[in-house]
Order: sequence, then structure tokens, then C-alpha cells
Amino acid sequence: MLYTIAIFLPLVGFLIAGTLALFTPEDEKKRKSNDRLAQIVTCAGLLISAALTIKIFFDVGLNGGAVTVHLFTWIQSGTFDVSWALRFDTLTAVMMIVVTGVSSMVHVYACGYMSHDPQIPRFMAYLSLFTFCMLMLVTADNLLQLFFGWEGVGLASYLLIGFWYHKPSANAAAIKAFLVNRVGDFGFSLGIFATFLLFGTADFDTIFAAVPGQADTMINLFGAEVHAMTIICLLLFVGAMGKSAQLGLHTWLPDAMEGPTPVSALIHAATMVTAGVFMVARLSPMFEYSETALAVVTIVGASTAFFAATIGCVQNDIKRVIAYSTCSQLGYMFFACGVSAYSAGVFHLMTHGFFKALLFLGAGSVIHAMSDEQDMRNMGGIWSKIKLTYILMWIGSWALVGLPPFAGYFSKDIVLEAAYGAHTTVGNFAFWMGIAAAFMTAFYSWRLIIMTFHGKPRANDTVMAHVHESPPIMTVPLLVLAIGAIFAGYLGYENFVGHNATEFWNNAILILENHSALENAHHVPGWVIAAPLVVTIAGIALAYLLYMFAPSIPGKLASTFNGLYKFLLNKWYWDELYDVLFVKPAFYIGRGLWKAGDEELIDGVGPNGFARATKAVAGKASRLQTGYLYHYAFVMLVGAAILVTWYLFTKG
Amino acid sequence: MSNIPLLSVITFLPLVGVALILLLVRSDVKDDSKQAKNIALLTSGFTFFLSLFLWFGFDASTSDFQFVEKTEWLPSIGVNYHMGIDGISMLFVLLSTLLTPICVLSAWEAVTKRAKEYMISFLILETMMIGMFCALDMMLFYIFFEGVLIPMFIIIGVWGGQNRIYAAFKLFLYTLLGSVLMLVAMLAMYWDANSFDIPTLMNHTFPAQMQTWIWLAFFASFAVKVPMWPVHTWLPDAHVQAPTAGSVILAGVLLKMGGYGFLRFSIPMMPLASADFTPLIYTLSIVAVIYTSLVALVQDDMKKLIAYSSIAHMGFVTIGAFTGTIQGIEGSIFTMLSHGIVSAALFLIVGVIYDRIHTREIAAYGGLVDRMPKYAVIFMLFMMASVGLPGTSGFVGEVLVLVGVFQVDQWVAALAATGAILGAAYSLYLYRRIIFGSLTKEKLKSILDMNKREVLVFAPLIILTLYAGVYPQPFLDVMHASVENLVNNYQAALDAAGAQVAVQ
Repeated sequence: MLYTIAIFLPLVGFLIAGTLALFTPEDEKKRKSNDRLAQIVTCAGLLISAALTIKIFFDVGLNGGAVTVHLFTWIQSGTFDVSWALRFDTLTAVMMIVVTGVSSMVHVYACGYMSHDPQIPRFMAYLSLFTFCMLMLVTADNLLQLFFGWEGVGLASYLLIGFWYHKPSANAAAIKAFLVNRVGDFGFSLGIFATFLLFGTADFDTIFAAVPGQADTMINLFGAEVHAMTIICLLLFVGAMGKSAQLGLHTWLPDAMEGPTPVSALIHAATMVTAGVFMVARLSPMFEYSETALAVVTIVGASTAFFAATIGCVQNDIKRVIAYSTCSQLGYMFFACGVSAYSAGVFHLMTHGFFKALLFLGAGSVIHAMSDEQDMRNMGGIWSKIKLTYILMWIGSWALVGLPPFAGYFSKDIVLEAAYGAHTTVGNFAFWMGIAAAFMTAFYSWRLIIMTFHGKPRANDTVMAHVHESPPIMTVPLLVLAIGAIFAGYLGYENFVGHNATEFWNNAILILENHSALENAHHVPGWVIAAPLVVTIAGIALAYLLYMFAPSIPGKLASTFNGLYKFLLNKWYWDELYDVLFVKPAFYIGRGLWKAGDEELIDGVGPNGFARATKAVAGKASRLQTGYLYHYAFVMLVGAAILVTWYLFTKG
Repeated sequence: MSNIPLLSVITFLPLVGVALILLLVRSDVKDDSKQAKNIALLTSGFTFFLSLFLWFGFDASTSDFQFVEKTEWLPSIGVNYHMGIDGISMLFVLLSTLLTPICVLSAWEAVTKRAKEYMISFLILETMMIGMFCALDMMLFYIFFEGVLIPMFIIIGVWGGQNRIYAAFKLFLYTLLGSVLMLVAMLAMYWDANSFDIPTLMNHTFPAQMQTWIWLAFFASFAVKVPMWPVHTWLPDAHVQAPTAGSVILAGVLLKMGGYGFLRFSIPMMPLASADFTPLIYTLSIVAVIYTSLVALVQDDMKKLIAYSSIAHMGFVTIGAFTGTIQGIEGSIFTMLSHGIVSAALFLIVGVIYDRIHTREIAAYGGLVDRMPKYAVIFMLFMMASVGLPGTSGFVGEVLVLVGVFQVDQWVAALAATGAILGAAYSLYLYRRIIFGSLTKEKLKSILDMNKREVLVFAPLIILTLYAGVYPQPFLDVMHASVENLVNNYQAALDAAGAQVAVQ
């Protein structure tokens, strides 16, 4: 019962806050208390939910008491039988810790960050709706419920990104996020259908039990004989790519920064984008049986880690830098899963949730201090005015780049070591891509810190005079997240990927015997352990050199390598490509089909052509206008006449 | 209760309302429209109430027809007055009885011109619709099936927009094409089976050659009604010209006549031909899904956009119906019911702002959420249901259809599933242009949010959409026995034919 309450409290919060949002009083004072009520209800819901989650984590994760709560049947038709059920195992518990932990902090932070916004209840309602959908996603017991949460968070992110609906850019970004995710979901849904076709069910337990028996099954899909598990896993992975903004389906994530900052932290750093990683980990019993699918996951992840980092190095919007960083870090998580080190991927997911939320909310604190300025070129020289934020951003960056002893150090290194330990071509590819990305991560992180906080102030005097530290309601959540960013790696290591891992995971993740990357990760050569540290320090040093000590160099570099710079600044031209390939043609073809297809061809030959012909024959258009009803009656009469005639003939 | 002819009562009760309006409402009274509206609302409301007894009295464990009434009507040519419902038709009856009072209520303030006649048309329409879904005699069915269109013509032709004559004319031409052929086919069936009785015909095996011709004749009629591409162009015009309530009934119930026809006639009576023509159905349906979705994307008229989206949704219905799987057919029926509610709601939503600003031009709106938050929420909900978001009724139907067809043909499933992407594209684009953005247009600055009556109109639709999305079981349970029976007979017929070929 407590478990169920933990999931549904945010839904209750959403409904109450949503109702409050609909009935906003005109009166200023009443509106204030209305806002306050919405804040209290949603925050309380989330905080209680987070507290219950800690209990769940202890029960399920640390004491091995996995349970499934069956609610009721959802859809049953023939043999297709799907129920609403809440599954609590270690993987779910870990995800719930991240989701409710970050979400509750974001809720509290949002009370401060959004305090000047006229639509507070609506914002709080959306946050809670998002959290509810995310909890449904991570507790899903079958593929269809996973899909429910999946699309639910998609809806919530659409609403949140477009929260400031007056801004055309926010509206466009919201639609883009929804549509790109729908493209991913297209693959996901086909994967669900293929799973049902092969296994006759969508329930995880039943599927997982049956997978070994179908390991070598060939299935006739799309007119070709294909390896069943490979095609299913690849289709499902398309969904994961969409939600987790992997190469090709990543374009929505940077644009999604149009939403308010707490949204970026909640959705784009800590929770929603990790859903894809969670999915691959959850479906490890399926992915394990397809080497091809795993290789694809590895390559996509490694490529994304590298590619997003290259873009992160040249962006000037503080939130976009962090967004591309997120994209890149998700790549790490995926290639960890791809080499069968799912627990390392989830470990990095967990630590990343804390430090990336910290970075986003810290950036929000900066933006708040700088009167809503997001461009780092207009910042600088503010560290002494907002010391606390400055320190917190350091902690976040420290954890992100993976320097000891903060969280990222533990999780990122085990990911890289596992990639190396896979001893496969794709594993090595991932390892080197990861090392390269680690170098760039360090570079852009310190580039961000230096550009934002150091040097001469580049903002105007009014903004500078106004720079102030955020109120406690914003900084306290930051402190809580900072504690996570500092200690989560150290505390989690033994359980997630160390000696206690087997007991801890308690079969929530399956790894086949011959996939020993994680085991090998603990026995890699010394240089593999040292390499990430070396490149990270080199990256930080380079950032100091270019932006602190010789600030003229970046400009010169940009003009020397103008082509490359433009290529990176314009994000590899993905948006332009998609615009030319899909968006413009869709409108173009649509208009063509409408005008040429419907109006010219079908109507022209059909009814209008017929009309012309009748007019020509009858010579009187008026008859058509006055008599169409009678024509109809006439046809019925003719029908009746035929009936009678025929009756007479047959009887006669 | 058992000896009351419930179906007849429900079917013809609206006509009693018509009689009451004609007798009681004198046109010389000043507020005659008020009285007529009251009577229409009471009658249709009471009809809905009575139809609930069908729901509670229905035995879901059998595929037999229930609440059956049968008396001789024209014995010399074997036509009976035969009524009954099964798991396939029952929910359509309820859909019709639910939507009629909603239509009446929605016209409360919008229709002032000849309101009495308007109400009469809707009540007659209700009788025709219910009768069509209950009829178990082919001739009776034909009368109701064609009769439905007469009040619809009148509604479009009298209360329609600028171009109503053209729209009604187009509807007439298309329907003409199908109905004559269908009538001829029905006579041919009588000639072979010596009966107009639908249950009898379902058990009759028509020769394979003959099935093909009959199937094509029925197809001509049903494809227009669905409508399937390329005989769909009457629908956008009809919707654009029809008054709000007309669109609601047109989208909500009349578009289901084709799908229902396929399930009641084509598939059970002509299984071999149905199997043969399945590729044709799939092709046309997929073209419909993709083609009309793209066309919807570029529309400037709200109603036209929703009309085109309806055609795309109907593509799912026809795909599901011809999968020969339980999931596909139940998904098909469910999609029809869900679309009946969701598209009805969407047309009502258009009506709400049309009543205020008197234009359907999308470009005339923008930023409505500032002044109309309740409206924005309701619009969002139904838009998401139309897009098939899990947790709404739209999803259940769509997923079942796709599960069904994926087992049969994965390419069809994949191509149809692209509809989910395109559907999201045109819906969100529409919503953005109407609801979001800044409210800058002068005309909109004093626009009012929905009043209590308007919210009341939407309330049952909202509840049903969410309820059927989260817990669709009660509705699916009703269908199971009948659909299973349909699928089994269909498979048996195909197997028998296959065995025959093998022997030869």
C-alpha cells in the first residue's frame, strides 16, 4: 500500500494543483494564497513520495524484497492481456531514488525560481504530472505500461518546454520534442508488437523467462527472415534513442532548453532522458541475446558521447552547454549497457542525475542572478558576488568531469574500464571515444566556469548591480544535490558495481556468462585507469590556458578553422538536414496532395466532373440546386421499383 | 422488463418527441424554439436513459443476438421487422443515444433559425441511426441506412454554411453511387439465399464467384460512408458546411456506418471475397492514413483539418476490421467508438469558438489560453486522445489494431503506425496556432471562457475518454464473444475453402 501511495501521490498533487490553476482567483491576495497552496501540496506530495522511496530502496534494494503490486487489467483482447502493475525491484528502486530525489528538490527549487511567474499552480502541476508519469515508467511491469509512462513523460515535457507559451521559440521547441520522441516511439511500438508476436505477451517476467528458448529463433518480419531477438531489440532501442536524445534523434534536447530551468534539470538532466538507458537495462534479459543489438547500442552510445561533446565545446548558451553535456553523458551510459555493463551504466545514470541536476539548477541560479541572461559571452566576473552558487557549480563540474573523489569519478571510470574490458572492437571504439569525450568534457566544463564566473564583467552595469545570491529556497535544494554529487559515487560503488553487486541487483539485471566486461573492468592495466584522469586534467588546463591566460586564442582558432568552427557551432547541421529532408517536404507534399490530389484529380474527375457533365446534358443547373433531395428520394424509389419488378418476375 | 420491445422503444421514442414538438409547439408562440429544444432534450435524454438498460441487461457471454424482436412485415417478399443487437452493434446504439442529447444541448444557443425544425431533424436522425444498428433484416437495414442521410442532407442544406448546396450535392452524388449497387447486391443475395434475414445470411455460404461481386457492391457503399480514400472528398466539405451538431453526429456516428457495415455484412457473409480483397483495403487505408494526415497538416480551416484527421483515423478502422484477428477487429470497433467520442468532442470544441468569433479560419485565432484556460485544457485532452496518447481511449483502439495487423502484415503495421507521428504533427500544430502564442488579435481580447452549459456538454465525453483509456475492459468484454465468433467463422470459412481447393 505504501508503495502504491509513493507512486500516486504526485498524481494527486497534479490534480489538486491543476484544479487550482484552472480556478485562479482575480484578487491578488487570494491568488497568492492559491499559489502557495499549490506549492505546498505538490512539494509535500513529492517529499513524502521521496521519503517512502527511501524506505522502498532499503526494503527492495538493500534487503532484497522485490515485489510486484497488481492493480487491475488494462487491455485484454484475445490473447493480448496487459495489466496495470507496479514492479519494485532493485533497478526500479534505484530509478525511484533518482526520480523522487531530484524531482522533490526541483519542486522546492521551483517555488523560488518561479516566484515571479504569474502561473505558479500550472507549473507545479506539470512538474508533478511529469514525476507521476516517470514513476509509472520505472515501475512498469510490462512493455505497454512502460510505453504509457514513456508517452506520459513526453506529454509532460511538451507542456513544460512550452510553459512560456507566449514565446514562439518555446512552442516550436515543445512540438519538436514531442514529434522527435514520437519518431522514437514509432520504433518502440513496433518492438512491442514484435515482442507480442514472438512471445504472446507483453509481461516482463514471462518474456524474460522465454527469451533463452527463443535465442536463435528466426522470424519472418517485413518479408525477410531475421534473427528475432535482434530485430526486437533494435526496434525497442529506437525508442530509447528518441527519449535519451541519442545521435540522430537528439535534436530536440538542446531546443528544449526553452523551458524554465527547473524543467531542464528535472527532465533533461536527471530523469526523462535516462529512460532510454533504464529501458535497455530493464530489458537486459533480451538485449543479452543479441550481439548485434548490443554492438549497435555501443556504437550509437560511443558516437553520441563524442559528437555531443564536440558541440558542447563551442556553444555559448550556458544551458545548451549543459544540455549537450547531458547528451554526451547519456552516450556513456549507453555504451556501458552495450558492453553488458548495465549496472555500470545505471550507476553512472544515478550519479549523473545528482550532479547534472546540480549543474542545471546552479546555472538557473546564475541566470536568476544575471536577470535572465543565458549567454556566457555576457557574463563573467561574478564569482565573488554569488560565492555559494560558484562553489556549487565547481562541485557539479568536478563530479561531471570525473575527478576523485566525487561521484563522476567512480561511475565514469567504471564505464570506461568496462568498455576496455569488453575486449571487442566496438568496446575499444567506445573506450577511445569515451576518452576523447572525457577530454572535451573537462574542457567545456571549465570553459563554462571561467566564462561565467571569471574575467572582467561583460554584462552592463544595471545587470551587474543587481547580481545577487539566490534565496535559501533555491540554494538548499542545491546543497542537497551537492551532497549527492559528492558522495553518491563513493557510497554506491560497492553495491552497484563492486563486491556486493550480485546481491544488490538480485537478478534485476541479467548478464550472460560470456559477457565479462564488467568483471574484466576490475582487472584492467594501469594506464587504462590513469588515462581518463590525464585527459581530464589536460582538458581543464587547456580551458584555463585558452579562456583565462590567453583569451585571444579562441577567437583566432575559430577564424583559422572557420569551417570546423561553423560546423560545430551549428550543431553539425542536423536541424537544417531534417528541415530539408522531412519538415519542408511534409508541408510541400501535403499541399500538393490537397490541391492536386483532392481538388484537381478526385473532385475534378469525380463529383465536379460529374456535375459538369450533368450540366452539359441537362442544360439546367437550377434543377440540381433545388432538387437534390428529391433526387435522393427518387433513387430510393427507383430502388424500390427495381425490387418490386424483380419480385414480380421471379414469382411470375 | 423482458416482454417490453426495448429496441423498438428506443428506436422510435425520438419520433414520439417529433410528434410532441409538432403537436405542442405552436409556431405562433414567441419562444417556440425554447419549447422545442426542451422537448428534444427530454426525449433524447430519456432515450439515452432507456438505452442504458441494454448495457445492464446485455449478456456478454454469448455471441447470439439479444433483445430480439421479430414480426412479419412484408411476408410476400420475405421481409421481416427483425431487430436485435450483439456485441458488435450494442455500443454503437449507446454511442448514438449519448451523442444526440449532447448535440441538442450544443445547439442550445447556437441555433436560432428554425430551431424547431432543427430539433425535429435530429430526432429523426436518431431514430434512423439506432434503427440501422439494430436492424437484423437487410431491407430494414437498407431503409435505415439510407434514411439516415435524409435528415443529414436537410441539416447541412438548411443550417449549413456558405457553400452548403455544393457540400450536400457532393454527399448526395457519392452516396448515390454506393446505395444503388448495394441494393442490387442485396437482391442478388436474396436470390441465392432466399432470405433477407441477416442472421440467416451470416450462416449461408455464398458461391465464391458471387461473393466477389456482392463484396464489391457493398464495398462501393461502405467505402463512401467510412470514407476511404479516394472517395473521401465529400467529408471535408460536408463537415465544413455542416452546423456544429451536424458535424458531431456526422463524425460521431455516421462515419461508423461503413465500418459497421463491413463487420456486419462483408466479413461474415463474404469471407472469401473479404480475404481476397484485404490487400486492397490495406492499401487504400494506408494511403488514407498518410495522405490525409499530410493534407491535414496544411489546412487553414479548423473543421477541414479535423475532417481530414477523421479520415486518417478511419484508415485504422478499416485496417483492423480486415485483419481477421480478435485484436484487430476489437481494436477497429474500439477505434470507432473512441473516435465517435473524441472527434465529436473536437467538433464541439471548434463550435465553441465558432459561436464566439464566427470563423473557422485558424489564422484568426491565437493565444486563446490567456482568456480561456478551461477551453485550453479540454482541447488539450481531446487532442491528446486523438493523437492516441496512452491513458486515453484513442490509444486502446489504435494499439489493438496495430497488434492485430502486425501479426498479419508488418509493413502495413509500420506504415499505419507512421500515422501516430503525422497525427501528432498536425494536431500539435493546430493547437499551437489556436491556443498558444500571444493574444494580440482585437477580436479575441474580450472572448469568454466556456460557460457551465458548455462544460456540461463536454463532461460525459471527458469522463468516457479517460475511463475507456485507463479501464477499457467493460467495453471490450461486451465485444469478446461476438468478435470471437466472427473471427472463428471467418477462419472456418477460409479453411473450408482452402480444403476444397486442396481436394480439387
